[in-house]
Amino acid sequence: MRELHRFHGGLKLEGHKSESLVRELQQASLPPRLYLPLKQHIGEYNKPLVEVGDRVLKGHMIAAGTSLICASVHAPTSGRIAAIESHPVAHPSGQSDTCIVIDVDGEDEAAEPMPPDLQQLDAERMIELICRAGIVGLGGAAFPSSPKLSRGKAHGIDTLIINGVECEPYITCDDMLMRHYAAEVIRGVGYLQRMLEPKSTLISIEDNKPEASAALATALAGFPLDNTEIVQIPTIYPSGGEKQLIQILTGKEVPHGQLAFDIGLFCQNVGTCVAITRALEQDQPLISRVVTISGDNIHQPGNWETRLGTPISHLIELAGGYLDANSAQLVMGGPMMGFSLSGDRVPIVKASNNILVMRNETIPHSPGQHDECIRCSKCTEVCPANLLPQQLYWHARAQAWERTQEFHLFDCIECGCCSAVCPSNIPLVQYYRAAKSEIRAAQKAQLKSDRARIRFEFRERRLQQKKQQEEERRHLKREALQKKKAGGDASAQADPVQAALERVKARKQAGAEEESL
Amino acid sequence: MLIAIATISLMAGLFGLILGYAAIRFKVEGNPIVDQIDALLPQTQCGQCTFPGCRPYAEAIANGEAPINQCPPGGQATIVLLAGLLDTEVLELNAENGEHLDVPLLAIIDEQTCIGCTLCIQACPVDAILGSAKHMHTVIADECTGCKLCLPPCPVDCIDMVPSPQTIEDWKWAPPQPLEPVRNA
Repeated sequence: MRELHRFHGGLKLEGHKSESLVRELQQASLPPRLYLPLKQHIGEYNKPLVEVGDRVLKGHMIAAGTSLICASVHAPTSGRIAAIESHPVAHPSGQSDTCIVIDVDGEDEAAEPMPPDLQQLDAERMIELICRAGIVGLGGAAFPSSPKLSRGKAHGIDTLIINGVECEPYITCDDMLMRHYAAEVIRGVGYLQRMLEPKSTLISIEDNKPEASAALATALAGFPLDNTEIVQIPTIYPSGGEKQLIQILTGKEVPHGQLAFDIGLFCQNVGTCVAITRALEQDQPLISRVVTISGDNIHQPGNWETRLGTPISHLIELAGGYLDANSAQLVMGGPMMGFSLSGDRVPIVKASNNILVMRNETIPHSPGQHDECIRCSKCTEVCPANLLPQQLYWHARAQAWERTQEFHLFDCIECGCCSAVCPSNIPLVQYYRAAKSEIRAAQKAQLKSDRARIRFEFRERRLQQKKQQEEERRHLKREALQKKKAGGDASAQADPVQAALERVKARKQAGAEEESL
Repeated sequence: MLIAIATISLMAGLFGLILGYAAIRFKVEGNPIVDQIDALLPQTQCGQCTFPGCRPYAEAIANGEAPINQCPPGGQATIVLLAGLLDTEVLELNAENGEHLDVPLLAIIDEQTCIGCTLCIQACPVDAILGSAKHMHTVIADECTGCKLCLPPCPVDCIDMVPSPQTIEDWKWAPPQPLEPVRNA
């Protein structure tokens, strides 16, 4: 038995997991239209590779980025591109963003897969294939996997940690995935080991998922991996956070401003392992994911393997519809870290692990008005990042952005523990999110103004130079004129044709100089 | 007595030499306070402060020739920062210089109407307009500071100032509202 450690704070929450686990994993049917946002990951925007009217097959790449941190988008089924237009997307702002709309033809015709020869693959080639498959971290952050893998490999990895913790209430998609695709998870771990060459691998799973844990153990027995261990950890929120999980398993803390691989660790979600297995073995890009539909306002909570781009309304229909459509409130993600959606037209994206369908009355944190802080310090006791939420709150409220950064605002993982225990119902996390977005906007503005300064100064210098050269030219001309005047008689005697030719030559030269300025 | 005088004079001479050397060796070029003020200004280069650019305004502030409340693009936030740096009173933005806009402006050239006269190119303080004589001009949106200096020289009035487009990335979380405290009578 492995010795486990503790992280500071955390909460024991009511799981609400059984509701969506009573039904087996189902395949969601194809909706008539799919809406695929150009950007479903952290990083640069993708550019569409298709035009309206094109026919696409399942697995065709339809949008790709140019920068290092990008994840391409693929057609989840066959159909025709109906439009590339603005459509509501899963974003806390409730705004729309550019989506590729596919009219589904129902044939689900796939492009010819070209699985690589797995024995021949080296790590670089594998990472390249993962990049081409558009795989992002499916735990929620949606960071593109291939740059993470190449950076992790460059750093050298001591321990590979597979995250099957899924600590937030209501969400069961990873649990379901581990039960059904345990073998693919384990094979994915095997590929990660080939890429990263870690000394040991820990597959971590909370002790409230005995079935998933047993399934993984069976799969591991059938596909033995070196130095690989399944570790059950106690159920406490937010043990599934990367930094918290690292602390539980290794006792190490990721230092401020650094990432897990800076201390030789690499975390990957179980869903991402399955996506990697499918990409490498079947040449199948990331076009579907397991999504939980749960909450107290839905007929039949459950898990569906859903094509990306499926509108949430379609999934709600599959789950039997709302109990009370008039007071339905949709949240993407869990009740602690999720955000409210503007409506059910929003499509499922790579990061959508859970759709929480709640009644208006029971919505966990309705942002808005709150009472004053009574300085009880409960938030400090539960903060898993060891911050001082109360101090952060005062400074964020006073818009003292610099002070919030001194109190390490950007180390906040927005887990929502502080807001959950606050007796004054202060939506603390919302204060921190607001402060973070203000600071990011200020940094962006600063970058732009720095660039404007450089351009302004460069232009000033250029104008100055031009003026100086003009001055010099005029000076020379004047001198030449004076000389001519002084030697007036002599030049009058000279050949007038020769003089005219020389004048033209001088003028031409001056003109050429002017043009070169 | 003599020894004391000699020692003190020797030390004075020595220190004088050190100071003299330091004055040459560690000479500060320019006025560092101007740089600090300039760093706080938004670099719009719009001239609404009545100075030809942000740096000249920074110089004027440093020399005490201009108050700190003449920068409309920077708005109250810049005034607060300047007051903090210079340890002076926070003033209200001078309405005569213009009003502060929350969303910066962006110049758009109507390419149908543009006659390619290059006058706007010469007016742009940050070289954000591209084009050449008798050819259509266009604005490099990322570089435009929204200073409006290209508007007056345009002979055909083909430049529009629009609020710079906000994408989903520019969206900001709204801070929550605390309840008004209840006071018992």
